[in-house]
Amino acid sequence: MAKRLAKKSIIPGFGLTMGYTLVYLSLIVLIPLSLIFYKTASLSWKEYWDVVTDPRVIASYRLTFGASFVASVINAVFGTLIAWVLVRYDFIGKRLVDGIVDLPFALPTAVAGIALTSVYSDNGWIGKFLAPLGIKVAFTPLGVIVALTFIGFPFVVRTIQPVLQDLDHQLEEAAFSLGASRLQTFVRVLFPPLLPALLTGFALAFARALGEYGSVIFISGNMPMVTEVTPLLIVTKLEQYDYAGATAIASVVLIASFILLFIINCLQWVSGRRYFIG
Amino acid sequence: MGIEVRNVSKAFGSFQAVQNVSLKIPTGQLMALLGPSGSGKTTLLRLIAGMERADQGQIFFHGEDYTNRRVQERKVGFVFQHYALFQHMNIFENIAFGLKVRPRKKRPSKQEIYERVTELLRLVQLEGLAKRYPAQLSGGQRQRVALARALAVEPKVLLLDEPFGALDAKVRQDLRRWLRQLHEKLQITTVFVTHDQEEALEMADQVVIMNRGRIEQVGTPEEVYRSPANAFVYTFLGRVNLFHGRIHQGKIKLGEHELDVPGISHADEVPAVGYVRPHEIGISREQSEKTSISAIVRHINPVGPIVRLNLKRTDTGELFEVEVSDERYRELDIQVDDTLYVNLKSMKIFLENSKTEAVAEESDLGEAADSGPVWDEQVAE
Repeated sequence: MAKRLAKKSIIPGFGLTMGYTLVYLSLIVLIPLSLIFYKTASLSWKEYWDVVTDPRVIASYRLTFGASFVASVINAVFGTLIAWVLVRYDFIGKRLVDGIVDLPFALPTAVAGIALTSVYSDNGWIGKFLAPLGIKVAFTPLGVIVALTFIGFPFVVRTIQPVLQDLDHQLEEAAFSLGASRLQTFVRVLFPPLLPALLTGFALAFARALGEYGSVIFISGNMPMVTEVTPLLIVTKLEQYDYAGATAIASVVLIASFILLFIINCLQWVSGRRYFIG
Repeated sequence: MGIEVRNVSKAFGSFQAVQNVSLKIPTGQLMALLGPSGSGKTTLLRLIAGMERADQGQIFFHGEDYTNRRVQERKVGFVFQHYALFQHMNIFENIAFGLKVRPRKKRPSKQEIYERVTELLRLVQLEGLAKRYPAQLSGGQRQRVALARALAVEPKVLLLDEPFGALDAKVRQDLRRWLRQLHEKLQITTVFVTHDQEEALEMADQVVIMNRGRIEQVGTPEEVYRSPANAFVYTFLGRVNLFHGRIHQGKIKLGEHELDVPGISHADEVPAVGYVRPHEIGISREQSEKTSISAIVRHINPVGPIVRLNLKRTDTGELFEVEVSDERYRELDIQVDDTLYVNLKSMKIFLENSKTEAVAEESDLGEAADSGPVWDEQVAE
C-alpha cells in the first residue's frame, strides 16, 4: 500500500508518519471544520440565504474583508521595510527591535485591543494629536484597520526576513557594476526574489486578520452596519444560542478566505516557479 | 585603459587586508593576482572595482583619479566566483540587464539590445539558451553567462574574482583556454584573482603574487617561476622541499652533506634553508661523489607521466619528495623501503633574516648567485 502511495524511500516509517499526519490533521483541523457545514446544514437554503445576506451581515463582510485587505497591504509594505532594516543594518538594540516584532504574536489580543483603544481614543496619547485634524481612529473603521495591522504585522516580517538573509550581496554588487542605480537594483534585482515570500506573508496576515476578534471589538465600538466585524456577529449569534446562524456566516467567511488563499498561492507559485526548474 | 593603484591600504576591523600596495596594470594586459587565501587579492580586486573603499591611497584609471568614483561610474565588468546571476531572469534578460538599466537617452533600442545579446551569446558559445533560466545551466555555462553579462556594457576593464573556483577540473581547463583566446580577441584590460598557481602561470601575461596584504613579486610567469624574489614566492609556485642547514665557509652544510654556495662569502655560521623543487633532485642506486645523501623510499605515488617518491634521509630523518619520470622509475625498479642516493641538481638558499639569497647548483657550480630582497617571514605553508 505504502509502496503505491509514495516512491520508495530509504527513510523508514512512511506508513506510521503518514497515518499520524492524517489522524492529527483530522482531529485538529478537518473534523471541527466539517462541523461548521454539518451545523449549517440544519438550515434550509432559504433560511441560509436570509442569514448570510442580511444587510447587517453584508456590511460586516465588507468591513472585515476590506479592513483586512488594507491592513495586510500596509503590513506588506512596512513589514518588508522592517525586515530590510533588521537584515541589512547593524545597530545598537537590533536584537531588541527583532524581539519587539514578535510582540503582537505573544500579547493576548484583548490586551492589545484595550491598549490600542486607549492610545487612539480622542484623549489618548496619539488620538489627541489626530483629533484636531479631524481624524478619528477609535470607534471607526480606521480603528479596525489599525488593530488588524497590529496583529498581522509579524507575519510579513518573519516570512521575508530569512529570504532576505539568504539573498546574495553579490547580486547587488553585480547590478551596480552593470550600471544600475540603487532604485533599479531594488526593483529589478532584489524585489522579484522576495515576492513569493511577500505573498506568503501577506496571505498569512490577511487570513489572521479575517478571523480576528479580540483586539477589534474594543477599538471598533461595534456599531451595527458601521464597525461590526464578521467574527463579532458570529459570537453575537452564538450568545443567542443561534448555532446554525453562526455557522452559516462562518461558512461564508471560510469559503471566501479559502478562495482568496488559493488565488494567492497560485500567484506565489507563478512568481516562484522559475527558481525550482532544473 | 591602464590602471594604477598607488599606496592603497584597506583594513577590516583590526585585520589589514591590503597594506600599502602599489601596482600598475598596463592597457590590454591579462594580469593574475595570485596568493593564498587571506592574502588580500580579492580585496585588491574589489578596491579596483569600487566595491570597497580604500582607507588610504589612490586608484587611477588611465591617469584619472577614480578613488572616490562609485562602482556604477567605473565601467568595469565584474565576474563573481559564484556567478551572481539574476535567478528570476532568463539568460537573455541577464545579459541585457546592463543595457536596459541605462538612462533613457543612452539606452539602445529593443532591436539593438537584441542584436547585442545575440552577438554576446555567440561569443560565449551559448546560442539557443537565451530562454533558459540560470538554474537550468551547468556551472561552466553560468560562468560564461556571467562573463557575457559583464561584457554587454562594453567595460574598459574586466575584473574576475576566482572565476573558475567553483568549477570542476575539466571544465576549468577548457574555460581557461577559452578565456585566454577571448582576451586575445577582445584585448580588454583584464585582472583575475586566483589561488591556483597553475592557472595564473598558464593564463596571465603578468602575475602579481600577494601574501598578507602585500605584493611579493610582479613579473611574467617565466620570471616569477625562474627567479622568485623570495622564499614565499618560491614555495608558493609549485612543490618544494626544504633542507635546513648552516652556512659554513661558503658552503651550506646539510647534515653530513655539503654544497658549495657561490656568492655567500659575507655570511658565515648562520642558519639557512635550502629550497629544492622535487624535479630538481636526481636519484640513483649507487653512491657517488655527487650523490652522497642516502634516503629510504617511504611511499610511491604515480601521477600520470611522473612518479612522486616520498623519501626519508637516513642521516637527519628529514622527509622530502622527488619527482622522476615514469621511465626512470621503471629503469631503477624502485620499491618501498629501498635505499637510494640522491643529488640536488639545483638549490635556492634563502638566509633567514638576512639580505642574501643565493643559488647553489651542484651540476653547474660556475654560475654566479643572484642577490635578492629580504626574506624575514615564515613560509606560509
